[in-house]
Order: sequence, then structure tokens, then C-alpha cells
Amino acid sequence: MSAPSSNARFAGADFAASLRAAGFDFFTGVPCSLIASVLRALEADGYVPETREDAALGLAAGAALAGKRPVVLMQNSGFGVSLNALGSLQQIYEMPCLLVITWRGQGGTDAPEHLVMGRVMPTILDAYQIPWRTLGERELDADVAWARERFDETGRPVALVVPPGVFA
Amino acid sequence: MTTKLTTEAAVRAILPPLSGHALVCANGFLSRWACALGDRPECFYMIGSMGLASSIGLGIALAKPEQPVAVLDGDGNVLMNLGSLPMIAVAAPRRFVHVVVDNGVYASTGNQPTISGRVALEEIAAASGYRRVERVRDASAIERELAAFAAADGPGFLLVETEPESGAPAPRIPFTPEEMTARMRGALASRR
Repeated sequence: MSAPSSNARFAGADFAASLRAAGFDFFTGVPCSLIASVLRALEADGYVPETREDAALGLAAGAALAGKRPVVLMQNSGFGVSLNALGSLQQIYEMPCLLVITWRGQGGTDAPEHLVMGRVMPTILDAYQIPWRTLGERELDADVAWARERFDETGRPVALVVPPGVFA
Repeated sequence: MTTKLTTEAAVRAILPPLSGHALVCANGFLSRWACALGDRPECFYMIGSMGLASSIGLGIALAKPEQPVAVLDGDGNVLMNLGSLPMIAVAAPRRFVHVVVDNGVYASTGNQPTISGRVALEEIAAASGYRRVERVRDASAIERELAAFAAADGPGFLLVETEPESGAPAPRIPFTPEEMTARMRGALASRR
């Protein structure tokens, strides 16, 4: 895994535009500073701010039932909150959604409250059999296209993980 | 004082006025009664993710604003996801009805008490900003209030007081989860 860069490599608005261009059309979540610029771009275009990450997955499930391709954005602290919804809603009902999860605590250098989840998140994603990639190691469009392919192929959640320094 | 309704009697009264709605049913005995008494393709039954029925209903309403949406919820479910009440009130879907069957217990785990006997959930809904809120305890009041809800802008919140389950529960949901997803998606695909 590459070390977090101190210089942002991508514009949040470009990622939002890439998601739209790939056909994702319903956006909800709970904020994280690492994706503030992404959220700013999405807020201008129908993003629904939720109160909890599992409730955001509930919204995404309803949107998927209504034919949308949902994206749920969250900090990895909230990934912990969302696990029951992922396991007993999205996974078993075969409701796809793209998870954009920030990676606080990556590499063990962060505030104490982020260190445990920062360490175990990859293991949990794998244990839940959620295909995932670290965003920012390739061009944004390539990662979004990969996510859309997994979304269509599995009909289940897929994740793009966002370490510090990807977005301004 | 009249006797409270059973879950079965409450669901029997609730379903007919909501026959034009996409219906999301909370996990537990409520889904099982709704499936036994009024199954149709626009009904979605939860078997897990307790608390999220109202969020799923809101997701449908946000994605399809013209589609009437109803949520058949329980007191334990509402208490588990209270943040959903202000979410729904703020989004203010006009054709959204939230019906809460309040039996005061977690029925499917053995009737352990919830705290709904000591906190009026409909008052939380009203404070959150639901446009219309009522508490009822008999079948004719359910019918009357759901007719009134249909004639006014939502979101509406109807709390129905019931007795905890004492007889046999309804049979388990006969569909697999992925079958329920497929048929709900199919049923909603042709609608705006």
C-alpha cells in the first residue's frame, strides 16, 4: 500500500463526475473530512445527508428497489455501524451499492479512535466478501469502471477505499 | 376500556387502505402477518436489518416521488432507528404513510418489553415534523385515519396500539430474500 501523499492527487468534483458518468445516480452517506470535496460536489446534485451509515444503507436499498444505482459514502468508523445492514440486507437480498469508505487510521498513524478500525478494515471487507480497491492508485475513471463492473456482476456491495491525501 | 387489537387484527385493518402503496414491512412477526394476510408484488418483507424499514421506504420515495409508499413498522424497530423520523420529516415525501404497530414488546424474541409504553412515539414523529400524526386502538379508527391520510399531504404517522402476540404467529415468509428484491424491482419498474 502506498503511503498517504501530502499533496492531493485528484479533485473531488472529478470523482463525482466520474461516478455520474458511470451510471451511479443515487448518493447518500455520512461525511468524512477526507472526502469533503467529493461531498461538496454531490451536494449540489441531490446528495441525501443521512444520520447514520446503516440508515444510509437502508436508503440505498430502497433506491435500488426503485431501479437506482446507489452510492453510500462514509468514514470507516461508520463502516462498523453499517455491518449488520450489509450482512442482513444488501448481501442476502442481492442489492448492489457502491461503498466509498475513507481509510482513517491507515498505517497506524492517526487519532486513537481510528487505529483499530484502520487496522482491521481490510480484513472485515474480505470477510464480508466485499470486493474492494484503494482509490487513487490509478486514474479515477479506471477505479470507478472497475467498481461498476463488480456492481453489475455480483449484484452486491463493492467498495472503493479512500486513504488520506487522495482528494483536496 | 376496550380491548386492544391483536397484531393480526391490526394488520387486517391496515392493509386494505394501503393497497395502492409500495409497502415495506419491518422484520419479525409484522412481515409474517402482512405476507399471510395481503401479499402482493409491491410488498417487501424484511427478515433482518432491524430498524431499517422506514429508511428503505424513504429510499423508494426519494427515488420515485410519485409512488405512494407505506411502511409497516413496529415500536422496537422505530426505537432502533429513531433518526429515521426526522430524516423522513425533512425529506417530506407527500405520499408517505408510516404505520407503527405498537405492542410494547420485542415479540419475536419472547415478548421482552420495549420502552414504548413510557414514550409516545407519535409525539416524536410530530416533533420531527411529520405533517399528520395519530394514535388509534381499534379497526374503525385505523380505517378512518388511513382514509384521512390518503386525502392529505404526507408524511403521515399512524400509531396503532396492539396486544402482545399470544396465539401462534403467522407462517414464515415463503420467499427467498433475492426473490423479494426481484419482484419488488419488477413491480416498481413500470412506475414513476
